[in-house]
Amino acid sequence: VLHTTRPLHTTQQSLAPVPPLPEKGGEVRHGVIPEEFFQFLYPKTGVTGPYMLGTGLLLYLLSKEIYVVNHETAAAACILSVIVYAIKKFGPNVAAFADKLNEEKMASALAMKNEAIETLQKAIDEEKKEQWRVEGRTYLFDAKRNNIAMLLETNYRERLLMVYNEVKKRLDYQVAMQTLKRQKEQEHMIQWVEKNVVQSITPQQQKESIAKCILDLKALSKSAHAAV
Amino acid sequence: LPAAVLLKDTKLMDVKLGQLGSWLAMRDFTPSGILGGMRRGYNKYYNKYINVRKGGLGGISMLLAGYIVLSYMWSYSHV
Repeated sequence: VLHTTRPLHTTQQSLAPVPPLPEKGGEVRHGVIPEEFFQFLYPKTGVTGPYMLGTGLLLYLLSKEIYVVNHETAAAACILSVIVYAIKKFGPNVAAFADKLNEEKMASALAMKNEAIETLQKAIDEEKKEQWRVEGRTYLFDAKRNNIAMLLETNYRERLLMVYNEVKKRLDYQVAMQTLKRQKEQEHMIQWVEKNVVQSITPQQQKESIAKCILDLKALSKSAHAAV
Repeated sequence: LPAAVLLKDTKLMDVKLGQLGSWLAMRDFTPSGILGGMRRGYNKYYNKYINVRKGGLGGISMLLAGYIVLSYMWSYSHV
């Protein structure tokens, strides 16, 4: 059963951002004794209290032979002196080196963070530009509509032209048919008339016409003689 | 009159000397309790002296000194 009415994340506690590390660790005096011990004894014994305590303890241990002085004591003394000398001499160098390493780590982490922020910012800008582009879609659709209207118009006109051509072809055919028919009729009539006329010239008529022509010629020649 | 705090909730530094025995007896000595105590101690030391930006020498030198003293005490019979 999921309690949908239960509020989630009511407290402010969250894992990020992580609180930064403290700058310096707890204070330690002489490398082995924490500072809190000195502060603990300060109200009652002042500044020299813990040192007095340390000296007294040391003398007690030595005199009661709780701490036995033997060959190991000499070795420990030499080793400790060398260690202290080394630390005093090379301490700051090592500290600077470690700080440099830390700085590099921090710098690379910061660089990554900045890069991520920049990439995201660029993505945001790109997105905004895309949104602006979307606003231009009205123009796009107007252009498309114009294109389609032009296509339709072109198609209509093409078909109109085709219809006109077809109709003209049919009408031309009719006209050509009529002229041909008239021509043929004319030719046929002329031939028929000529044939009939030639047939109607009988031989008797031919002789008469020839005799008339001769008489005419004689008359003409007489008039011509006379003229000359 | 300050509000009475239960003995088992007081910290070690606030316990009076006479109550020390009863305070110790009230602590959690189950395995998980002991482990929890060790984990707490480790975390306290780690976060105070080692897990800092500019850790110093004291962090590890105190551990080494404590180790030296402890091993001396354990091998005292041979000395």
